[in-house]
Amino acid sequence: MSLLRYESQVRPPLVEGDKDYHQVTEDICRPVEARPTKAWWIGFLISVAVLAFGILSVTMEVIYGTGQWNLHKTVGWGWDITNFVWWIGIGHAGTLISAILLLFRQGWRTGVNRAAEAMTIFAVICAGQFPIWHMGRVWNAFFVLPYPNTRGPLWVNFNSPLLWDVFAISTYFTVSLLFWYSGLIPDLATLRDRARKKWRKLFYGIAALGWTGSTKHWQRHEALSLVLAGLSTPLVLSVHTIVSFDFATSVVPGWHTTIFPPYFVAGAIFSGFAMVQTLLVITRKVLGLEEYITIEHIDVMNKVIVLTGSIVGIAYLTELFMAWYSAVEYENFAFFENRLNLNSPYGWSYWIMMGCNVLSPQIFWFRKMRRSLILTFFMSILINIGMWFERFVIIVTSVYRDYLPSAWATYYTPTIWEVGFYMGTFGLFFTCYFLFSKFFPVIALAEIKHILKRSGEHYKEKMDELEEESTEEFVEKHGHDHGA
Amino acid sequence: MAVKKFISGNFYDEAVLFPAVKKVRRAGYKIHDVYTPFAIHGLDKAMGLRDTSLHTAGFIYAITGTATAVGFITWALTVDWQLNFGGKPFFSLPAWIPITFELTVLFSSIGMVLTFCYLCQLAPFVKKDHFNLRSTDDTFVMVLECTDKTNEAEAMSFLQSIGASETQVQYKETGWWLGRYDKNTRRFERKDLSGAGEPVHL
Repeated sequence: MSLLRYESQVRPPLVEGDKDYHQVTEDICRPVEARPTKAWWIGFLISVAVLAFGILSVTMEVIYGTGQWNLHKTVGWGWDITNFVWWIGIGHAGTLISAILLLFRQGWRTGVNRAAEAMTIFAVICAGQFPIWHMGRVWNAFFVLPYPNTRGPLWVNFNSPLLWDVFAISTYFTVSLLFWYSGLIPDLATLRDRARKKWRKLFYGIAALGWTGSTKHWQRHEALSLVLAGLSTPLVLSVHTIVSFDFATSVVPGWHTTIFPPYFVAGAIFSGFAMVQTLLVITRKVLGLEEYITIEHIDVMNKVIVLTGSIVGIAYLTELFMAWYSAVEYENFAFFENRLNLNSPYGWSYWIMMGCNVLSPQIFWFRKMRRSLILTFFMSILINIGMWFERFVIIVTSVYRDYLPSAWATYYTPTIWEVGFYMGTFGLFFTCYFLFSKFFPVIALAEIKHILKRSGEHYKEKMDELEEESTEEFVEKHGHDHGA
Repeated sequence: MAVKKFISGNFYDEAVLFPAVKKVRRAGYKIHDVYTPFAIHGLDKAMGLRDTSLHTAGFIYAITGTATAVGFITWALTVDWQLNFGGKPFFSLPAWIPITFELTVLFSSIGMVLTFCYLCQLAPFVKKDHFNLRSTDDTFVMVLECTDKTNEAEAMSFLQSIGASETQVQYKETGWWLGRYDKNTRRFERKDLSGAGEPVHL
C-alpha cells in the first residue's frame, strides 16, 4: 500500500466503485466507442430541427432587415442582446471550473471540467450570433476589426465598450478553445490507441496530433495547463466585466452603476453552473457515468449556486439602495416604478427574476435538497429562466421608458423570428453538445486517473484500514530503516 | 536512419515506477523515455529532466501582446488619425486597458500552445512510436536505450527485479518521431535521491 497520494478521509470519494486505470478507460470510452443509442438520435435530430428553424429565422432577418424584429425607438436592444448576455454568462461556469478551480486545486473539478469547457465553447458560439446578426448588414460585420481600409484608414473606436466586447469575446472564445483542446489531446490519444475501425484510427490519429505520453511532454503539458488556467482566470472576469461596461458606461438610468462588473460576473457563474447541472444530470444518466459524476459533484456545484445566487441577491438589493440613496429622480423611477412596481407594464419580469434567482436557490442550504437529482434539475432550469429575465429586466425596463415620455407608449413584444432566433441557438448548442458527447470523452480521462488513487472510493477504503492502525503498528509494518 | 535497440519494461503502479526510475539511473542505464497515461508529478525530476521554459516563452508572448496593443492604439488614435471623442485626450490610456489586457492574454495563449506543439512536435497527421499502445491506457512504459556495451539479458532481468511486469527488446528506426531528450537530461547525481518527487518514505 502506497501512501504516495494521501487525502483526508473526511473528503468523500470522487470516483465510486472498485476501479483501476484500465477500468476508468473502459468506462469513459464506452459511450464514444459504442454505436449511438436511440435516445441520442432522437435528441440529436430534435436539436438539428430546432437549429433549422433558427437558421430560417436568421435568414428572414437578413433578407428583410432587423425590422423583422419588434425592436423600435427606445427599445433598440431587446431579446437579441438579452440572449447575448445570457449565453455569454452561461459560458463562464466552464472556465470557472476548468481554470479557477484548477488554481484552487479542487480535485472534484476533474469529473466535470471537460463537459463544462465544451459547454463554454458552444455557449460563446451561440452568444456571438446575436451581436453579429443584430448588425443588420451582416456582410459588413468585418468593419468592427481594425484593418487597413480605404476610408482613411479610419480606425475603429478603441475607447468604446462595444469594441472592447469584440476583443473580449473573440479572445475568450480562442483561449477557451485552446485550453479545451490542449487538455483533450492525451484523451484523444487514448481513443486512437484503442481504435479498431479504420475511420476511427484516422480521425483520432489526426485529432491526437501524435501524442505519445512521454514524460517530457507531460511536463510541458502540465506547465501549459497551469499557465492557461492562470490566464483564463482574469480573462473570464474581464469578459463579463466588459459586457457589463456595455451598459455601465452609458448614462441610462438603471444601467449607469458601478456595481455592474462584479454583479455580472457573479450572475454569469450562477447561471453557468445551473446550465452545467442541467447538462450533467442528463449526461451522467444517459452515458452511465454515475460513478464519475457523483452526487458529491452535484452537491458541490449546488453549493456554488447558492453562494453566487446570494451574491446576485445582494447586488439587486444594493442597486435598489443606491437608486434611493442617489436621490436622482430618473434612477428612482427606473428602479421603483419600472421594475419594482408590480403594476407597471414590466413589473412582472422583475419579480420573476427575484423569485427565481434570489429566493428559490436558498433551498440549497439543505443538504438533502442539494443531493436530490430531480430538484437539482428543476432548479437548474428555474435559475436559467431567472437569469434570462435578469438581463431582460436590465435591458428592456431601462430603455422602454426613457427620458422622453412621449415615446413611452409602445410595449415591446418579440416577433416569432426573434423567438425563433433564440430557439435556434438552443438547437445549435445542443447539436454541438450531442456531437461532442458522441465523438469525444465527456470526462477528462487522464485527469481522472491522476486523482484515482487519492480520491477513488476503493483506495480510500484501503487508507481507512491504515488509519485505524496505531502509529507503532504502522511503523512496524510499513516502515523501513533510514538511519544506519 | 540508423536502427537502434531499446528495452521496454511495463509497470502497472506508479509507486513501483518511481523507485525503479531511480534504481535504473543509479545502475548507469540510459533511460530513453518513460511513457505514462497521465501526468505523474515529480517523475520528470526523478528522471533528471530539466524544468521546462514554456512559462518564460508565455511571458515573452504576453508582453509582446501588451506592446502590440498599446503601440498600435497609440499610433492609430494619436498619430495616424486623431479623433475627438467627446473632448477627451487623444492619448486616453485608461480606456485602452481592456483591449490591451485581452491582447496580452490572446498572444500569450496562442504563442504558448504553438510553442508547446512545436516542442513536443504535435501536429495533425504526425505519426509517432511510443513502444506500447497501452501506455495511453493503464501502463507505464520505461524504455532503456541500448549501447554497444549493454547486455540485454542482464538489463531485462534487472528491470524485472525492480518491478517491471513484462520486458521486451524492440528495434526502432531513430528520428524525431521517437523524441530525443539527451540534451535535456542531467547526469545522475547523488542529491537526486533526496530531491523533489521522492515518494514519501515511512
